[in-house]
Amino acid sequence: MSIDMAQFHQVFFEESFEGLDIMETGLLNLDMGDVDDEDINTIFRAAHSIKGGSGTFGFTAVSDFTHVMETLLDEMRDGRRQVTQVAVDVLLGSVDCLKEMLTAIQDEQEIDVESVNKYQQALEVELNGTDASSTENTVEPSDEQTSQQVNAKGWMVAFSPHADMLKTGNDPVRMLRELSSLGELTTTVDFQGVPDFYELDPEECHLSWSLELVGDIVISDVNEIFDWVEDECDLAIQPLGSPTEEQAPPSSPVAEATIEKAAEVANPSVENKKTTKVKAETSKKPAAKGSSSIRVDTSKIDTLINMVGELVITQSMLSLVGEHFEMNKLDQLKSGLSQLERHTRELQESVMNIRMLPISFVFSRFPRLVHDLSSKLDKKIELVLVGEHTEVDKTVVELLSDPLVHLVRNSLDHGVEMPADRVAAGKPETGTITLEAYHRGGNIVIEVKDDGKGLNKEMLRAKAIEKGLIGEETILTDKQTYELIFMAGFSTAAELSDISGRGVGMDVVRRNIQSLGGNIEIISELGVGTTIAIHLPLTLAIMDGQSIAVGDERFIVPLGAIIESINIKESMVNRVAGRGETFRLRDEYLPIIRMHEIFGVKTVQATKLTEGLVVVVDGQGMRCGLFVDDLLGQQQVVIKSLEANYRKVEGVSGATILGDGSVALILDIPGLVRLSNQ
Amino acid sequence: MATILAVDDSASMRQMVSFTLKGAGYTVVEAVDGVDALNKAKLQKFDCVVTDVNMPNKDGITLIRDLRALPNYKFIPMLMLTTESGMDKKQAGKAAGATGWIVKPFNPDQLLKTIKKVLG
Repeated sequence: MSIDMAQFHQVFFEESFEGLDIMETGLLNLDMGDVDDEDINTIFRAAHSIKGGSGTFGFTAVSDFTHVMETLLDEMRDGRRQVTQVAVDVLLGSVDCLKEMLTAIQDEQEIDVESVNKYQQALEVELNGTDASSTENTVEPSDEQTSQQVNAKGWMVAFSPHADMLKTGNDPVRMLRELSSLGELTTTVDFQGVPDFYELDPEECHLSWSLELVGDIVISDVNEIFDWVEDECDLAIQPLGSPTEEQAPPSSPVAEATIEKAAEVANPSVENKKTTKVKAETSKKPAAKGSSSIRVDTSKIDTLINMVGELVITQSMLSLVGEHFEMNKLDQLKSGLSQLERHTRELQESVMNIRMLPISFVFSRFPRLVHDLSSKLDKKIELVLVGEHTEVDKTVVELLSDPLVHLVRNSLDHGVEMPADRVAAGKPETGTITLEAYHRGGNIVIEVKDDGKGLNKEMLRAKAIEKGLIGEETILTDKQTYELIFMAGFSTAAELSDISGRGVGMDVVRRNIQSLGGNIEIISELGVGTTIAIHLPLTLAIMDGQSIAVGDERFIVPLGAIIESINIKESMVNRVAGRGETFRLRDEYLPIIRMHEIFGVKTVQATKLTEGLVVVVDGQGMRCGLFVDDLLGQQQVVIKSLEANYRKVEGVSGATILGDGSVALILDIPGLVRLSNQ
Repeated sequence: MATILAVDDSASMRQMVSFTLKGAGYTVVEAVDGVDALNKAKLQKFDCVVTDVNMPNKDGITLIRDLRALPNYKFIPMLMLTTESGMDKKQAGKAAGATGWIVKPFNPDQLLKTIKKVLG
């Protein structure tokens, strides 16, 4: 039977990468002073699994490499070896190396042998304290040295199992059966040890055998049969016809029974067939590189299945009602339909839920990043992760990674000061960078917070003037000053380091975040620290919307953005010459955006402010009132990209298809506010 | 045909073992660790248990010891999947009541041969 092992490769890669992440996290969390055995054990287990899997699936380079790691970890686990920072760094390097090896194999590329050797040598130096060249990683030949000795005639075997051999699931009959498959077997049973019937414990074995095995048989084959029970029986094997018979069991009244090949009937299939070598067939099968899979909590799937079950029930109920419909069944129909609506909504929610991943998928790479960078920069930095279990849409998770890396690098490089400077400023020597995620309204907020030196407004301003980004007399609020760092071509670092400022600036970060429908915000205090907050929609596919009518047109306002809707009185309105209209709402003046003017709707009903409605919306801290004809229903809308199908339209974040088939534009409130300010 | 409980925390190994045994006509139930395996073993009787040794929650050796204590599992064959380096594991496994072991890395044929050996 030959099995295509390639079918298991994808799963193997996935779990190996997961294992490597576990190892990395574990290694980073090791506290040198007080090492938790369970932590080491977890790391060891991950290495062990990768070794086992790679060996089985034929990736010998990987299994050889992991073997050395495993040995090192094993010694740490047993307490035979001290856990040192050096060893941990070597292991971390090896984790990287393994990642590269596995990626190369997955992508069907050559493994970079040089780098592998480098790491393997480092590991071996750590392991043996010597250079690797002397201790080639050869596996010791297994225990039986004399195994290849062949005897032409056969073997005499004296076999007396211990009483409790059966309790390990080993049946002497199996061994007799296997022996008989090797050659011609003559068995002589010794009943002597069998106790009285009344004392007999049927769960114990009291028989012994004298066996004569005739044939051209290698002794290792015979030994192999008894391999598992070495310690559970007395065993003596001698070449047939050899003079030394003293090791045979005490011969005494024996009942002879010749079960010649009796067992063979029971199991004719045990043959020493040549085993088909199953090689890792990485060559032919196209690797599923682009396939993006997602790991889903089984409980989510269960919910989904439940929902589908409910839906099926409702459907069958409705079809029953519909079969012979009479008006007196109208109530039944209505309740069925409302059930259907509820189930559809719940089903939709649980499907969307499947796409939700904990933000820890992104956060998990940062401990390593901070560890590596802070040692490179000679800074002492502690990374605090908060709210790692906050769930975000998979797409958001994937796209969030790069911007966050950039922000954290920036904090490390420019934010947190050198230890000496920190002490001089009266701060603790170790700086803290906090990555925090939480939900707020329909958004997820991710904050990168450091307790470093903060942004220097004067310097930012001077720099911006020097670069010609602003005029000398431009007046900027604090917020606007901070936002200068998002402008293209702005970099305050005296020289570009390889840590931050690799050519992609903060402007790219902001663009990326905005393309996700999000926004980025800076709060900073000189000498105290900087917080950069990213606001992102929870999901990019579906949202709760409020549909509004402007003439014949329908627009969708994200429900989370709406604060209230009011009828305004003429007395509340102020007109500022050349700057549009504002209205006063509880001591606050808000600009009014006339929707029909912005979107050029001709069929508008209400042109006087008192005739329509004003929807007060909040777009990332900026409030304004949208002047519309009417509010329609609230509904969940599926977002379709306008950019992909048409082009980017200012003030509009996408479009959706309404129940009647018509298209409604989804408003981008911050964009709209910007638009109205121009 | 016999029913086999295959225990491994690694999904790829579990799939490989399961696929191989199913291909040979056995019924296979998978478990992800010792705790899962013990629970499943209490719900139905298996004719053979194949378990990895290094697993979270409950390792293979403890699993074997716990299973042997159950009346249904006194005599059934239980095999450990262990690595070459794990000689001491083999001893510990035997002491816990393991029937034997299959040395990793192994190929499907070796696995099948061993299973046939113990199931007769």
